[in-house]
Amino acid sequence: MVTGIGVKTPAGSDLGTFWSTVLAGRSVIGPITRFDPSGLPVRFAGEVRDFDPVTYLGQKESRHTDRTTQLGFAAAADAVTDAAPVISDPSRCAVVAGTGMGGIASVHAQSLTFVERGPDRLSPYAITMIMPNATAALIALRLGWTGPNLCLATACTSAANAIGEGVRLIQEGSADVVLAGGTEAAVNPVGIAAFARMGALSTRHDDPARASRPFDDMRDGFVLAEGAAFVVLEPSDRAADRGARPYGEIRGYGRNSDAFDIAAPSAGGVGAISCMRLALRDADVDPSAISHINAHGTATRLNDQIEAEAINKVFGADSPPVTSTKGVTGHLIGAAGAIQVVVSLLALRHGVVPPTANFEQPDPNILIDVVGQHPRPSGPGPVLTNTFGFGGHNACLVLARAERPHVEAPGRPAETVAAGPRET
Amino acid sequence: MDRAEVLAEVRAVAVEILDVAPEAVSPGARFREDLDASSLDMIELVMALEDRLGRRFPQDELASITTVGQAVDLILELNSMFDER
Repeated sequence: MVTGIGVKTPAGSDLGTFWSTVLAGRSVIGPITRFDPSGLPVRFAGEVRDFDPVTYLGQKESRHTDRTTQLGFAAAADAVTDAAPVISDPSRCAVVAGTGMGGIASVHAQSLTFVERGPDRLSPYAITMIMPNATAALIALRLGWTGPNLCLATACTSAANAIGEGVRLIQEGSADVVLAGGTEAAVNPVGIAAFARMGALSTRHDDPARASRPFDDMRDGFVLAEGAAFVVLEPSDRAADRGARPYGEIRGYGRNSDAFDIAAPSAGGVGAISCMRLALRDADVDPSAISHINAHGTATRLNDQIEAEAINKVFGADSPPVTSTKGVTGHLIGAAGAIQVVVSLLALRHGVVPPTANFEQPDPNILIDVVGQHPRPSGPGPVLTNTFGFGGHNACLVLARAERPHVEAPGRPAETVAAGPRET
Repeated sequence: MDRAEVLAEVRAVAVEILDVAPEAVSPGARFREDLDASSLDMIELVMALEDRLGRRFPQDELASITTVGQAVDLILELNSMFDER
C-alpha cells in the first residue's frame, strides 16, 4: 500500500502543483537556466526551479551533496511527512533509491578542478557526492532507518525497479516500511552533451515547450529533465491498522532484461512484451481489466514505435488508453518510473487518464489509443506502468485502487490518523 | 601576520566550511567536539586555509591538531620557518 508521496520535479515540488500541471497537460520544458548552455547541441531541458536544498539539508550538507541526492532526499522527506506518523522499529524501515547516473554533475565539477587546480584540490567529499548510493545512504542516515538500504542503477528503469523491489522487501517480510523511488540530476553540460551524442535528445530549439511529444508523428527525441519522486510503502493491514490514508496499492511487478543491445529496445519489443505479461500475471489481472497504461513513451522515434507494437501484442488491436507523462515533464531518467507511479496513483484516485502533452498528430505507424491533450475519464480498473531503460532493463508495475478503502475506525484517536499534506 | 590576524583567517575559514557562528571559533574550541567537524570536514578546512594563505601544509603536522589555537600556532610556526628561508 502506498501511504505517502513526495515529489521534486520540473512540474512542481509539491504534490498539488505537480498533479495540476500534469492534469493540465502543460509542458514545463524550457531553456536551460541553471548554467550557460551555449555551445551545447541541446539548450533546453526540464529543470526543477523552485527548490532550495538548504531548507532540507542545511548549508554544510548541501555543499557536500550532489543535486541528485538533494532532490532525492527532499522528495523522500516529503513522502515520510505525507505518510506521517510512520512509527516503526527503525530496523524494519528500508530504503530503495534508484538513480541512473548518480552524481554526474559532481564528476564534471571535480574533473574540472582536477584539470585546473590539480589532484590535491579535489573535495574530500568528492566520492560521497559522486557515488550513486549517496541518496539511499543519506535518507537512512537522516531518518535513522537501519533496515535494508539499497541503490538500484538500471538507467531509466531505476525508480520502477526500486518501487518493485521495495514491494518485494515487504512481501518477503524484510521490512514494514519502505521508502522507494528515484532521483536524477543529469541536466548539466556533460549529461546533455552525452545524451545528445547518442542522438537521443530532441533538438526542437525553436519551440522547447513542444519538444517532448510522446507518440506524436513529429517527435524527434526525448527531453532531459531532473527531479525526484519517492513513495512510502507499507503492508495493507499495517496501513489500515494505523489509519493511514492509502493512495492505492502496487498489485503487480514484472522485471526482466532484453539481453539485446546496450541502448536500443529489443527487436519486436519482445523484452517489453514479456515484462508487461510478468507484471499482469504477478497482479493476477487480465489484460482486459487494465483501465489505462502509463507508457514509457519517451518521444524517441524508436522507443515509442516499439512500445506501441509491444502494447498491441499484449492487449490486441483494441488496447486500453495510453498516456505518457513525459510530454509534460520530459524524461527524468532514474526518477521516471516513480513519476509514472505517482501520476498513476493520483489518476486512479481521480478516475482520469492524464493527458499526453504535445500529442497533436498521430503517427500512422502507431496503432494504440493515445490520450491526447485533454484528460479522459477512466474506469476503476488497475493501471499498468511501463518503464524501459538503456541496458535493456524493463520494469512494469500494476497499480490498483486500495482494496480496503480507509474507514475511520470507531474510537481511534484522531492524532493517529495521517495528517500530511494531500494533493488538492 | 600576527596571532590575531591568523586567528581571524582560521575563524573565517571555519565559519565558511563548518557553518558555525564566528564567536564559536575561539582558540580553545575543539574542531571535532565543539565545531562538529568530521574527518572529511577537517581535510576541507585545511584545503580552504591553504587556498586562503597561499601555501601548503604538511599532512603529518596537521593530523595532530585538535583545537583552533593549535591550528593558529602551527600556521604561525610555518610562517616563521617560511620567513627565515
